[in-house]
Amino acid sequence: MTQTSELVKKYFRVDKLPHIWCPGCGHGILMRATVKAIDNLGLDKDKVCIVSGIGCSSRAPGYMDFNTLHTTHGRALAFATGIKMANPELEVIVITGDGDSAAIGGNHLIHAARRNINITTIVFNNNIYGMTGGQYSPTTPTGDRGTTAPYGNIDKNFDLCNLTKAAGATYVGRATAYHANLLTKLVEKGIENKGFSFVEAVSVCPTYYGRKNKKGDSVEMMKFLKNNAINIKAAEKMSNEKLMGKFLIGEFHNSQEPEYTSQYQKIIDMFQKER
Amino acid sequence: MSSDTKIKLMQGNEACVEGAITAGMRFFAGYPITPSTEIAEISSQRLPRVGGKFIQMEDEIASMAAVIGASLTGLKSMTATSGPGFSLKQENLGYASMAEVPCVIVNVQRGGPSTGLPTSPSQGDVMQARWGTHGDHPIIALSPSSVKETYELTIEAFNYSEKYRVPVILLMDEVIAHMREKIEIPNINDLNIIDRKKPKAGLKNYNPYEVSDNELVPPMAAYGEGYRFHVTGLTHDETGFPSNDSNIASNLLSRLMNKIEKNIDAISLYEEYKLKDAEVALVAYGSTARSAKSAVDFCRNEGMKVGLFRPKTIWPFLEEQISELSKRVNKILVVEMNHGQYALEVERVASKNVNVEKMGKFNGELITPDEIYAKIKEV
Ligand SMILES: Cc1ncc(C[n+]2csc(CCOP(=O)(O)OP(=O)(O)O)c2C)c(N)n1
Ligand code: SF4
Repeated sequence: MTQTSELVKKYFRVDKLPHIWCPGCGHGILMRATVKAIDNLGLDKDKVCIVSGIGCSSRAPGYMDFNTLHTTHGRALAFATGIKMANPELEVIVITGDGDSAAIGGNHLIHAARRNINITTIVFNNNIYGMTGGQYSPTTPTGDRGTTAPYGNIDKNFDLCNLTKAAGATYVGRATAYHANLLTKLVEKGIENKGFSFVEAVSVCPTYYGRKNKKGDSVEMMKFLKNNAINIKAAEKMSNEKLMGKFLIGEFHNSQEPEYTSQYQKIIDMFQKER
Repeated sequence: MSSDTKIKLMQGNEACVEGAITAGMRFFAGYPITPSTEIAEISSQRLPRVGGKFIQMEDEIASMAAVIGASLTGLKSMTATSGPGFSLKQENLGYASMAEVPCVIVNVQRGGPSTGLPTSPSQGDVMQARWGTHGDHPIIALSPSSVKETYELTIEAFNYSEKYRVPVILLMDEVIAHMREKIEIPNINDLNIIDRKKPKAGLKNYNPYEVSDNELVPPMAAYGEGYRFHVTGLTHDETGFPSNDSNIASNLLSRLMNKIEKNIDAISLYEEYKLKDAEVALVAYGSTARSAKSAVDFCRNEGMKVGLFRPKTIWPFLEEQISELSKRVNKILVVEMNHGQYALEVERVASKNVNVEKMGKFNGELITPDEIYAKIKEV
């Protein structure tokens, strides 16, 4: 407990609290896990820039005492790319929602991953559009309901970890609001990775996703995360039957590729020598 | 002008990049589209040589976003596009207006609507430049008539954007973008280059939108300089945080609009040609003004008292100048490569004093001096 209040004092804009998230929303836990990672790494607050788009999740940077930017819906990564290019010394972290990053911002997500630009993206994935009142998102499981999918969603849902890995992200992982310590670890490693890092943080939205799909209250939704998440390492030894209906968490991908801003710096240096 | 002025043969698009770099542009994000493409190409070549950065983003929306991000991180930033790309930039252009992020957006107009006439000249985005994004918002748009003026107005665009913390649109047309002309590159010491005002060093509790008395433009810190401020596109108070307070909302918007309205004299750029004794005034901008100028000369040779008013500042509208003009002449003829967009504004201000005629062409062809001459005879 003391630990949390110290974190709050150190990293939050206390005058902006309490936050506006619903009681039982998972986003607060995810935000704390993110800040914990920053604390564990001992990053200089002045050198951290947190960027978000629009959505419930994207309200997080407003509470966090860093350089912060609340952008337009879906465009956080494009704004962040400009920031990182302008000052590669900044540790740029993007906090975004599943609709924000994968629907309207899907193109920016795959291209930021492709460039392997040194940005850490954390998607607060609640499988629904929270801020606009519960419409289905690109991660709403097929068959689930949203206010715009009253008869069940017929879209196939994205696996954002597979998507970003395929697009070129050099660090990819997934954790949940229940597995907050794992999330902190993944975010830490994502920040340390010199390249594009993608961390999917599975959240709970009892207000919309939970209610629309009869998933119970926040506690029950957290229990679901606890009981159905399997660590990717443990999953290796498990049979397909045992894995039915489960989802994977942990570190999915970790590789080294040339990073975008360093590659660009090489071009600049070429002319610096010439002059 | 000092002795080491350089004479060069240059294309309009090239002059735009040279002007931008001279003004201090160190970041460009763009997505190629005719007829603006050379601006991206030349920027990609020139920027790393001066320690600047170029990035080709995945689309125009992203380019506009990256430009805002880079500007907030301290670099003078620009993007360039044409018609359809300009449409895509509008949401984030509004963001730049609201969050007061200096940046320059070049729109080399092409025929439209939609993908329209990609390689033909047009001046069809006059109203989009003013009202493209949603909501009332401040904007400045400048339109050059020559390669030399493209260089000069690009510098001016950066100066205005830095001084007033507004996005400034350089509204070009295909003729100016692609024509080659002789241009004198002035010595940088002879130029006036304006940089954004920074907060006082060592300031604690920096409020990104706090203005001191009688000021309209708040000083601007960059991310990473130690101020840790918040920026949003939502209506915000002086701390930069969102607010729903109706007073705060109305004060913010008034201040944003006043930045332009109260400084209109400093932003009003125009040229008058043989207007002193004129009975008929042509109003034309961009490449069309060149044809209009020739038409004025044709008429003058025949003893007709015709002159030209050439706005370089398209937005804010040169209301005072046009109103004054309308009291002096018997007729105003607005000539432009569209269906009468700028003419609408001229009519609004001038028609109570004088008959306003318009001449528009929107078939992808230039308006020739002969055509204007014929129209003057007709009216
Ligand atoms: C261009 C644009 N389209 C639509 C919206 C409305 N809008 C605001 S938030 C949002 C969805 C947010 O969902 P998600 O990203 O999943 O975040 P959550 O609220 O669930 O955390 C939408 C559609 C907008 N602000 N801008
Ligand atoms: S609507 Fe859902 S995601 Fe948004 S704050 Fe409420 S619980 Fe959280």
